[in-house]
This record gives sequence, C-alpha cells and structure tokens, in this order.
Amino acid sequence: MNFDAFLKTLPIMGKGMLGIFIVTCVIILIMVLLNKGTNKK
Amino acid sequence: MRALYENLLQIQWQQVVMWMIGGVLIYLAIKKEMEPSLLLPIGFGAILVNLPLSGAVTQVYNGVEEVGIVDILFKAGIANELFPLLLFIGIGAMIDFGPLLSNPKLMLFGAAAQFGIFFTFSVAALFGFQINDAASIAIIGAADGPTSIFVANYLHSKYLGAILVAAYSYMALVPIVQPPVIRMVTTKKERLIRMPYRPKEISKTTKILFPIIITMVAGFVSPRSVALIGFLMFGNLIRECFVLDSLSETAQKVLANLVTLLLGITIATKMQAKYFLTPQTLLIMCLGLVAFVFDTIGGVMFAKFLNLFLKEKINPMIGAAGISAFPMSARVIHKMGLKEDNQNFLLMHSIGVNVSGQISSVIAGGLILSLLA
Repeated sequence: MNFDAFLKTLPIMGKGMLGIFIVTCVIILIMVLLNKGTNKK
Repeated sequence: MRALYENLLQIQWQQVVMWMIGGVLIYLAIKKEMEPSLLLPIGFGAILVNLPLSGAVTQVYNGVEEVGIVDILFKAGIANELFPLLLFIGIGAMIDFGPLLSNPKLMLFGAAAQFGIFFTFSVAALFGFQINDAASIAIIGAADGPTSIFVANYLHSKYLGAILVAAYSYMALVPIVQPPVIRMVTTKKERLIRMPYRPKEISKTTKILFPIIITMVAGFVSPRSVALIGFLMFGNLIRECFVLDSLSETAQKVLANLVTLLLGITIATKMQAKYFLTPQTLLIMCLGLVAFVFDTIGGVMFAKFLNLFLKEKINPMIGAAGISAFPMSARVIHKMGLKEDNQNFLLMHSIGVNVSGQISSVIAGGLILSLLA
C-alpha cells in the first residue's frame, strides 16, 4: 500500500473530473447552438 | 527422432496455465458469445505465443535473434497506435449521434460515468502501481478497447496484455456486472420512472458539423489525444455526409473486422507467460471491475442528484449507460427498464447516454494523458 501515491493522485482525479465536466458543458453548448442555428434555416 | 520430442521437454508449467487461459477465452467467445471477435483471437494467440520456443514471437535460436510475426504486427500496429485508431474510424461510422443531438443534456451522464476511471486511478496508485501503470489500468473503466490500448501504450505500461484482457472481458460482462450494481444504488420507485421519448428532427448540417466541431474542441483541450477523437469523428463524418456510403459501409464492416482480427492476435504478444502470469495481473483484473462498478455508480448517482432539481424526473438507470461499452450498456438498461415495467421504453435515452459515454471516455483518456504530461 502506497498512501503517499494515493494522496498525490487525488488532485489529478479532481482535475480530471472537473475537466471532463467542463469539456462536456462546452460540447452541450455547441450541440444546442448547432440545433438552434440549423433549425432556423 | 529426438528432434520430434525435444521441444516437449521445454514446456514450463506457466505456459500450460496460459494455454488454459487461452482455452477459457476461446470457450467464452464461442460458447457464451462474449465479445467473440476479440476474445477468440486473443485466446488463440495466448496459446500460440506460449508454445515452447514459439516462432510466432521473437526468440533466440543458437544465439541468433529471430523476430516473430506477432512482434512485427505489434510494432507495426499497436506500438504506434495504428490499429486502435483505424478501429475508431469503423466505430465512428457505426455510431448515430442523433439521440444525443436531440437531447444534448444526456451528455452529462457520459461525463459522470467516467468517475470510475479517475477513482480507479487513485486506487491503483494506492496498491503500489506506478503512476503511468495506474492511469493505464484506470482506463479499463473507459469500457472502450481502442482507448485502453492507446493510453496504455502511450504511457508505456508494462501491463498492456492484462489491461486489454480485463477491458474486453468486462465489456463482454456488462450484462452481468451492471444490473446488480444499478439495483444496489436505486430504489424500485426510481427504476419505474417513465421517460417519454420526444425525438427532435436533427438537420443534416448539424450531423455534419458535429464531428468536425467536436474534433476541434478535443484538439484544443487535449492535443495529445486528438487523433483518438479525430478518427472516431472522421468515421462518423463519413457516415453522416451521405456521399460516401460505400466508404462508410467499408469502415463499419470490412475495416472494423479486419483491424479487430489483427488486434486480437497481436495483443497476444503481451500474453506470454513471463509478462502475464504475475500477481499484478490478478490485481489488474480486480481493479478493472472496480472501474466498471464505479463508472456505473457515478452515472446513476449523478442522475439521482439531478432528480433533486428536476420537475420531470429522469430514470437514474440511464446514467449507467454512460459507461460507454456501446451499444451493450444501452441494451442492458433498456431491458432492465422493461423488466420493471413492460411499458417503460428507455432505449433511445440510454442510447443517447451510451454514445455520449463513447465521446466522454475518449476525452477522459485524453485528459489523463494531458494531466500526466
């Protein structure tokens, strides 16, 4: 068991989850804009 | 005469164990139809490379090194990430993003269901794996073979064989792994929530622009992994443009089948007893299960969290489809919904979440590479 390594990975875990939600929100925004933009036409 | 049986004397018990493992994989592929296109070549390859002094892998005969064909294939197709990327063109061509585009918020479940990856990353580090190996093991939770190969290979993990066997085995075991976990974290009342499907018409322009824009976004966020999402989206663009039907069909069938065939047998080079039969392999199999379980829990719990604020409740089971494992996970959720209530059709919602999981797992792989850079 390497508790130090575990603690070191926690910030990466946090950044990873935060990162994936940020990217996801950007993609959702793009999808909404795409849908709105192309529906008008 | 001696030449006929001399090689038999070279057999080691570890090789016999690997033949048995290969036999089990072939049995699961044929008899249980579990990911047969991959488990069968991997199982056969495990036997092939573990024959004493097998010429399929690199050996030294009388002081001269002779490079084996499986090692040549590995260098040509996996060491440079070519096979997983080519396979992604085929997968991209198979995916219809329509259900996701008609309900974009489903994408959130794909993100939440990547929790298992990051959780397992920390757990693997706790168990003493080096950071690159921990990240490679965690990516088993992507439930996506090509991404697992790409990340593990990119990070030079020495456990590639075990990681791949775990990834593909658990993908095949989604119908067994997910239902008990989902039942454990949901109530009967939640599983009975009906979700009417209101499809929206998605324009052709949206379907064409979507893969291009997603590739650009992924490229800005994680340039190292842009090839991964780029090839997936390239396959999808071929499908959606409607002027390359024959290419789309080739990518979906011929290309995907051909690469899968070579991929399975090539992975076998990492299934030589000396690499595979280690206590770490067993631990990796357990950690792979942890990744799948916590991905499922992550998706379901996020749906339950959203339900606290929503008027029209979401059936939390669909969150579990964010695990990727396309399209098996979506089917599992749909069947679970029907089992609870034979008028509850969750398929289109779970397909939407499932394809979002496909994108999210690739993004998660890219983020891991970026964060470890």
